[in-house]
Amino acid sequence: MGRAHIARTIGDTLLKVENVSLGFGGVKALTDVSFDIAKGEIRAIIGPNGAGKSSMLNCINGFYQPSQGSISYKGVVRGAMRPYEAARGGIARTFQNIALFKGMSTLDNIMTGRLLKMKRGFFWQCLHWGPAQAEEIEHRETVERVIDFLEIQAIRKTPVGRLPYGLQKRVELGRALAAEPELLLLDEPMAGMNLEEKEDMCRFILDVNEQFGTTIALIEHDMGVVMDISDRVVVLEYGRKIADGTPDTVKADPKVIAAYLGTGHG
Amino acid sequence: MLYREAGQFKTSYSADQGIFPILQDRIGMAIILAVAFVAVPMVASDYFLSTIFIPFLVFSVAAIGLNILTGYCGQLSLGTGGFMACGAYAAYKFATAFPELNIVIVFLLSGGISAAVGVVFGVPSLRIKGFYLAVATLASQFFLIWLFTKVPWFVNYSPSGVISAPPRAVFGWYVTGIEATAEAKYLFCLTFVAVLALVAKNLVRGRIGRAWMAIRDMDIAAEIIGIRPLQTKLLAFAVSSFYCGVAGALWAFIYTSSVEALAFDINRSFQILFMIIIGGLGSILGAFLGAAFIVLLPIFLSAVPQAMGVPVTTSTLAHLEFMIFGGLIVFFLIVEPHGLARLWQLGKEKLRLWPFPH
Repeated sequence: MGRAHIARTIGDTLLKVENVSLGFGGVKALTDVSFDIAKGEIRAIIGPNGAGKSSMLNCINGFYQPSQGSISYKGVVRGAMRPYEAARGGIARTFQNIALFKGMSTLDNIMTGRLLKMKRGFFWQCLHWGPAQAEEIEHRETVERVIDFLEIQAIRKTPVGRLPYGLQKRVELGRALAAEPELLLLDEPMAGMNLEEKEDMCRFILDVNEQFGTTIALIEHDMGVVMDISDRVVVLEYGRKIADGTPDTVKADPKVIAAYLGTGHG
Repeated sequence: MLYREAGQFKTSYSADQGIFPILQDRIGMAIILAVAFVAVPMVASDYFLSTIFIPFLVFSVAAIGLNILTGYCGQLSLGTGGFMACGAYAAYKFATAFPELNIVIVFLLSGGISAAVGVVFGVPSLRIKGFYLAVATLASQFFLIWLFTKVPWFVNYSPSGVISAPPRAVFGWYVTGIEATAEAKYLFCLTFVAVLALVAKNLVRGRIGRAWMAIRDMDIAAEIIGIRPLQTKLLAFAVSSFYCGVAGALWAFIYTSSVEALAFDINRSFQILFMIIIGGLGSILGAFLGAAFIVLLPIFLSAVPQAMGVPVTTSTLAHLEFMIFGGLIVFFLIVEPHGLARLWQLGKEKLRLWPFPH
């Protein structure tokens, strides 16, 4: 269990969530949640349905603004921000329900992940020649590496709307990877997959973490997967943190067992 | 059978990313350009040039403009006529205020004015989407036409409100006004269209086009990968209105030789929207196919019964036209939202595999 045998560098805190609360009207989605994500680790966020896991990710990438508490990224406390600012800061994510650009090919979808890195202005874009073309080819090469990595060469030119679910999930991961993020947020990357697809996805997640040193925060319901691949686990229930630690500690925690299985009465 | 790409290997990304990666397409395009630039002006009569080819070219520019905004960026607009009027009046004002200015520069400047106006009317797009945005752009349509009819400064205080385009020449050839020949007008239009279509194609296949399509397909995901929604949408409004403005200027100066606001009323906006729906949303080729279809259908409808000796009155023809357009729009919206361009693409894919089905 665990992955201590693999030589990776888990460094300082990359992102720190301090006493974050989030409410929608009367509904409290998150209450006083604090945890941190260290550079280079795989951090899982688990909890029963409606525990506030996705809301937590939405806070991290600027989609929601916490009503209380603060989030600091790379040691700097962030103010109110828009999602595109988080993206510029090196945070990429995938969605629980696939959020690909349906009308575009796999290649174009992954190329959109490089948009932030492309700098040539409007004039050169009109010509699509010289520096603009050189830039396009340079980024195409990066994208092709991502395509090779995810083993989706055959569907390069296929419109993503036509792809099966498992491959769409993979393309979405590709789009996030193309941005070369420092922090990758994965919202249920294995939901709705069969065993084989899950194993593939696990392999990709571990490879991304090891080869590129990308820090990963993931939400997942498959406990087997979570306990196997993550370094540390945060457990949320009804918007509160009930446990935090290595997979083994979390698994043995009576509060976690109670949240998942219910407490015995009697 | 001839349309095969077997044996054509791409060895570089630049070859793979070309506009026409397949050799046959490149040959086809070269033939089309040669015919358009050389054969058509030599063969076609003045009547054909000025009633079919020139309006087709002008409509194509407008349709490319609207397709950038609606087909690529997903922002539904009913203000096309207003932006065309903007270009037409701006061109008139520039041409009369600075008679020395080259007409090409006049047209580009009037496109620029139109783009600025488009950006202003595009600001609501950050907050509202779909039908509500269409209604907001409708406001621009009515406001702009009202403005041009009510403020006499725009028509240089002409009492009738209808003004004729001043004669202007390019390289010694008159392209506007009475002295301009149909051939000169046609070639001038064609050059504009060819360059603008190439620029549009370049924009949509690069960084900017992908940002537009990302906003169109899923705006939340687009924002999360770092696209700024407002800037991207406003850029689409600006480029789209630039094209519409140039189309309006071409319409007034080259096609009708007169500037009048009525030519750019709400019907014009709908006509161009129909073009991109029938031709194909999100396709530059579709803009041309749609424009050709809408220009040719009425001519076809009047010519065919005549040729067959069936007497049809003009009013029946007009009604027939409405019915066919209506039917086709419903058909395309249900069956093939990507229009004629998609049918063309499917046909090509079938042809590449022919005679095998898969």
